[in-house]
Amino acid sequence: MRDWVSHAMPHLIVVPVALPMLAAAVMLLLGGQRRAQALVGILSGVAGLIVAVALLQWADTRATSEAIGVYLPSNWHVPFGIVLAVDRLSALMLVLTAILGVASLAFAAARWDRAGVHFHTLFQIQLMGLNGAFLTADLFNLFVFFEVTLAASYGLLLHGSGRARVRSGLHYIAMNLLASVFFLIGVAMLYGVTGTLNMADMARKLPLVPIGDRGLLHAGAAILGVAFLIKAAAWPLNFWLAGAYAAAAAPVAALFTILTKVGVYALLRLWTLMLPSEEAGAASFAGEALVYIGLVTLAVGAAGMLTVKQPRRLAGFSIVVSAGTMLAAIGFASVALIGGALFYLLASTLAGAALFLLAELIERSREMRPAPRDFHDDEADRVPAYVVPDVPERRERLEEEAPVGQAIPGTMAFLGLAFAACALLVAGLPPLPGFLAKLAMLRALLEPSGTVPAAAAWTMFALLIASGLLSTLAFSRAGIRFFWAPRGRPVPKLAMAESAPIAALLLLAAALTVLAEPALRYSQATARSLLDPTQYIESVMAAVPRSR
Amino acid sequence: MEILLSIAIGVLGASGVWLVLRPRTFQVLMGLSLLGYAVNLFIFAMGSLSMGQEPIVAPGIPADLLHYTDPLPQALVLTAIVIGFATTALFLVVVLALRGLSGTDHVDGEERQ
Repeated sequence: MRDWVSHAMPHLIVVPVALPMLAAAVMLLLGGQRRAQALVGILSGVAGLIVAVALLQWADTRATSEAIGVYLPSNWHVPFGIVLAVDRLSALMLVLTAILGVASLAFAAARWDRAGVHFHTLFQIQLMGLNGAFLTADLFNLFVFFEVTLAASYGLLLHGSGRARVRSGLHYIAMNLLASVFFLIGVAMLYGVTGTLNMADMARKLPLVPIGDRGLLHAGAAILGVAFLIKAAAWPLNFWLAGAYAAAAAPVAALFTILTKVGVYALLRLWTLMLPSEEAGAASFAGEALVYIGLVTLAVGAAGMLTVKQPRRLAGFSIVVSAGTMLAAIGFASVALIGGALFYLLASTLAGAALFLLAELIERSREMRPAPRDFHDDEADRVPAYVVPDVPERRERLEEEAPVGQAIPGTMAFLGLAFAACALLVAGLPPLPGFLAKLAMLRALLEPSGTVPAAAAWTMFALLIASGLLSTLAFSRAGIRFFWAPRGRPVPKLAMAESAPIAALLLLAAALTVLAEPALRYSQATARSLLDPTQYIESVMAAVPRSR
Repeated sequence: MEILLSIAIGVLGASGVWLVLRPRTFQVLMGLSLLGYAVNLFIFAMGSLSMGQEPIVAPGIPADLLHYTDPLPQALVLTAIVIGFATTALFLVVVLALRGLSGTDHVDGEERQ
């Protein structure tokens, strides 16, 4: 394993971008053969997962100073050409993306990919954009990969069509187009001040910026930050999220779980790169702003959980909670806290994705139809996407009689257990890793940290615990309604292909508990190298084009 | 020229913001396009503003920004135009789909009472 990785190494970095792109192209050539498309998609997803794990291992086994791989896609000298760089954080995000991708694809192949055209192609392009955004070390290239991701996500969000989806799709697209405008303004201002778009080069040049240009620099960075905050679903820019994610098809929503994390990732990457070379005033302002925005987001998300009834909206708000926790933790800029938060990111993303998939099964079982609605295999492709009818609004049937003395069927037991596992993960209760992650963060909060006032640390301490309590409440209320008050519904049929991905995601989360020690060690090492970015900057700047 | 360009960016940006805040989908679409134009001009202005100068090094002229215009913002603008064009077209399709599904052009898919 180690051999082929080190042999293939600089080129392995481009594979997570190139592979989905090729797969998407092959799918277009395959035309309307959905089975073949699904097969290509899953093959590409699994291959991507293997490559991502190889990159993770590569980054993990090397010393901190060498754990950064740099690839020059066009073989140009560094500040002029685009650079892809993989470090521990990028590798971690790649693995997470690949896991969610494979699980969602397997789930979609059972049923959902028939609801419209080009599902698998768009899905691969989405994976390509995500992987590219996690790998790139160039600010404008980051914009391009963001747009690739978003363009694919517009298509995926509308997949299956129907009024609810088109309506929240419109809001989602408008919000993201606005965010792109902010992104471009911020990038243009930073380019105007520093004269470079390479992130490492920019971080190196920041101390040289004259005092007169500092205002422009800070304004540019703040505008760019707003763009990322919109993507990361930070309050007050997150009102679109719950509606859009609840309207999306289940496998799409599960993949979207990682979409908000792209904003978090971009903030974490740029903020830690720029932090050391920035004067104290601006750095502490930005840090405090991140902490307070994150804390309010966390509070709003936790309160939002209590207000919702649909399981998928519950999942949507659990994503908001996760984003808020991450943002606040990033703002503190302490190694222990960011290390804990990255571990939390793993657990909460797996839980969020599993919850979206599960919500679909729960809602389907509550629709009380004898069998899941079938899409006609040969029709769907010729019919335009918007003709396929949407899943109708679920209505409670009050006139049904309650059954007495009925044993819990196996499928309901699976749904209930999976739901309970998701609840434990989101609320951060033992024995699942959500608890360990929260514990790591709480411990880090007790230590005094640099610039942020102690009151903020105590507020976050309290909010982390309170949000756990609120989500426990919300989940137990929902669980009682879904599983203990079934009012004589027919036993839902579960397809193996649909329950296996959920089980796999939750088992992975459970495995994180067992492997908590190496996982936490990895995330702490990641946080350490993030907060000391000289290595990243030097590795990227030292890359030289290969000569033949 | 600086004043002319900044007035143009300001007018486009202000009209764009106003239109984006309107409740009709087509107005939002136009607003987003205008904002896109404003941003493209803004990126352009963030390079050096100069007239009649080449972006690519030519023989016989010293290779510094005094004698050339910055080529990078032009490349960025080109990319941004292409991406903006594609996303606007997509948004237009969604606008039409919502109009067809809901029978109204309000952004929420239903008229305020």
